[in-house]
Amino acid sequence: MTACGACLRRGFLLDRLSGHMETVRGKRHYLREVLALSDEDLIAAVGGRERARLQFEHDRSDVTLMRRRLAAAHMVGVCRHDDRYPPALRDLRDAPAILFVAGSVERLVSWTTDPAATATVAIVGARRASEDARVVARTIARDLSLAGVPVISGMAMGIDAAAHRGALEGGAQTVAVLGSGPDVAYPLGERRLHGELIERAVVVSELPPGSTARKWTFPARNRIIAGLARLTIVVEAAERSGSLITATCAQDLGRDVGAVPGRPMASGTRGSNGLLRDGCAVIRDSQDALDQLFGAGARTTGALLGDTGALDPALRRTLEEVRAGAETIGALCTDSSQVGGVMAALGELEFLGYVRRTGEGRYVTAA
Amino acid sequence: MRPGLPAFTIVGLGDAAVREARERVRAAILNAGLEFPLRRVTANLAPADLRKIGPGFDLALACAVLAASGQVPTRSLGARALYAELSLSGELRPCRGVLAVAEATRRAGLDEIVVARAAGREAALVPDLGVAAVAGLAEVVELLRGETVAPELASLPPGPSEPPAGPDLGEVRGQPHAAEGLMIAAAGGHNLLMCGPPGTGKTMLARRLPGILPELTPAEALDVTRIQSIAGLHSGQELTRRRPFRAPHHTISASGLVGGGAPPRPGEVTLAHHGVLFLDELSEFARPALEALRQPLEDGSVTIVRAQRPAVFPARCMLVAATNPCPCGRGEPDCRCSPPDRLRHARKLTGPLLDRMDLVCSVAHPRDDERDLCAPSSASARELVLQARERQLHRSRTGAGACNAQLTGAELALHAPLSSAPMRRLEQTCIRERISMRGRERVRRVARTIADMEGVADITAAHVTRALCFRQDVLRVGEDA
Repeated sequence: MTACGACLRRGFLLDRLSGHMETVRGKRHYLREVLALSDEDLIAAVGGRERARLQFEHDRSDVTLMRRRLAAAHMVGVCRHDDRYPPALRDLRDAPAILFVAGSVERLVSWTTDPAATATVAIVGARRASEDARVVARTIARDLSLAGVPVISGMAMGIDAAAHRGALEGGAQTVAVLGSGPDVAYPLGERRLHGELIERAVVVSELPPGSTARKWTFPARNRIIAGLARLTIVVEAAERSGSLITATCAQDLGRDVGAVPGRPMASGTRGSNGLLRDGCAVIRDSQDALDQLFGAGARTTGALLGDTGALDPALRRTLEEVRAGAETIGALCTDSSQVGGVMAALGELEFLGYVRRTGEGRYVTAA
Repeated sequence: MRPGLPAFTIVGLGDAAVREARERVRAAILNAGLEFPLRRVTANLAPADLRKIGPGFDLALACAVLAASGQVPTRSLGARALYAELSLSGELRPCRGVLAVAEATRRAGLDEIVVARAAGREAALVPDLGVAAVAGLAEVVELLRGETVAPELASLPPGPSEPPAGPDLGEVRGQPHAAEGLMIAAAGGHNLLMCGPPGTGKTMLARRLPGILPELTPAEALDVTRIQSIAGLHSGQELTRRRPFRAPHHTISASGLVGGGAPPRPGEVTLAHHGVLFLDELSEFARPALEALRQPLEDGSVTIVRAQRPAVFPARCMLVAATNPCPCGRGEPDCRCSPPDRLRHARKLTGPLLDRMDLVCSVAHPRDDERDLCAPSSASARELVLQARERQLHRSRTGAGACNAQLTGAELALHAPLSSAPMRRLEQTCIRERISMRGRERVRRVARTIADMEGVADITAAHVTRALCFRQDVLRVGEDA
């Protein structure tokens, strides 16, 4: 089944009105109102002086041409009249009329639409995130994806990209929701990730192929992320950040929201820590996320790395010291003659996947 | 010299210093109690198409005038080189590049060089060459007339001794990663990049490198002394034994770094020959300057072609660089830089020079529990370094480069064979961390040095693992945790 003409025209209309929508920016609730309007009302609301011409163009827009453009971009449109449309999105009052899908639609269907599909989790956070937070996002996403829980995120720099990468490392169960056309790699720095997501996972957007990202498209995209996920996890967010928009949307929908505790007194974590203060679920690791979704203990992560029994005793001692907070080479040595041995041990643990080296030279446990 | 109005002309493409020699020569001859001929004097500096620079021709010009006017025997000038500047009062002053001139004198088959007293020891570094180190023009004349003999060199006052080799490595608290990196770099001649926020001791660590490097070999010492003499950095006394340590400011231009100008002068990379070139705040250097460094680092020499003739300067040095992890310098977790800023910063680092960096260490603020950890003392570190160099030297007799950093790909395969376990470790890590072929070679090179420091012939998986601790992905900013 292909997308119906009306929904397809709505999708392309959003692209045509994208510039006009910029005037709505800054009035967040108003944006949601506007997105919920019918085509005519939407043109009237944001069209300004060009209203009549836009309406005239819209009336005469050619659906065949649109279908041809979609086919040329190797994309599929899934509209709200389609059985494949993710039912969770229907809870949104301003649900997108159509989702343009790059990558495999079957995967999207099996993760979000199938009655057999399990719960989905959104992992969002700051673009300018600390390295620790990115490690957390990546690890949680990897474990969830391995456990068969698709990870939804927005492919922004920082936390979003880390979540997608983690999910790709796991079971590759991940959906990227973009603020541009699904074929447009924004931010450009993540174009490799974008390509990999299309190839191995799914990239969706309510904007047609070729649409460029604008300021209003990001809060609009956030509502889709929140709509697709049963649980939204904010990993690290400052106050008044886009991640909090996603969290608010999720709360409005009555979905679960969780946050990863961050460093206190740091401005970069005020938003996510604020969510915790307000009573959101505390997510320390992937097990907490699974408990939140399926009930405590109902499902467990592979516990792949928790098992240290097979390790050489000396390595296990080092790993335990790292877990106890001795995260640097210096903290593990008492004498300069030990440096070589400690480095060899840490390198070995890193090779085996128990620890990861951060940019500033610390070793953190990977699981 | 011919009759006519008294005049003194110097021809042969001299620079301003050569032209002004007229006044110095005239005054010096008169003040030495000799006679300046009242005739038309023309001095020709041959070959006429080669530009002559500097005041070193003064003494030779003066003696030529004296010989032409019959005040000293012409024959006495035949087997002597004369190289000194004259003061107006007739004293001899030392010039730059005495060692190079003395060596050229020897090559030209002359028996003796006459230099200023302060330059005597430097000229005497050349074997089988008579050195006459004299104080004034009057003495030179006596010497040329055969009235006296050159004073014994031993009577010359000793020059200032070399400054101490910098602070001791043992004073460093914490920073085991960087201290280890420093020792490995010294042992294998590897290039090293230190990355960390300001105030963590990157510069402090780099300054301790000369103290753990082995002394110059006699041949290397002669090279270094010659370069320093030409650049006017040498005290004009003994052979330099210590490896040079050059730390140019980041505002340096490309030609300041690799050499340039007309006539070409050596740049910092040449002044650091056989020693260390330290670039602090690497990302602040102008891109053209860093780009210009690539070829010299690869070839070990710089060829500078200007309008006249190409000049080739040696430039085999260790590159040690330090940089902030991001533009604001605070680093994780306090960094306030925007992601694009960080990317730009990382790109500048990864661009031209990173390929030449065998070792990358991160330098962080030491934690409380690290502050009691001392680095090994410079003396014990140097022992390790010497032991590793000894093994490399031994290998080099079978045709390899002087140190591990200079091994070619084929030599590396021959001298750093990996058995199956270390090979598997290297391959698997490189695939997972997306390390390039060149990166693999770097790891192998460093593993070879680590094994050399332990005095072991075969590289084990542990050596590879330790070498992998210095790989470059700490700089991968845009690509996530």
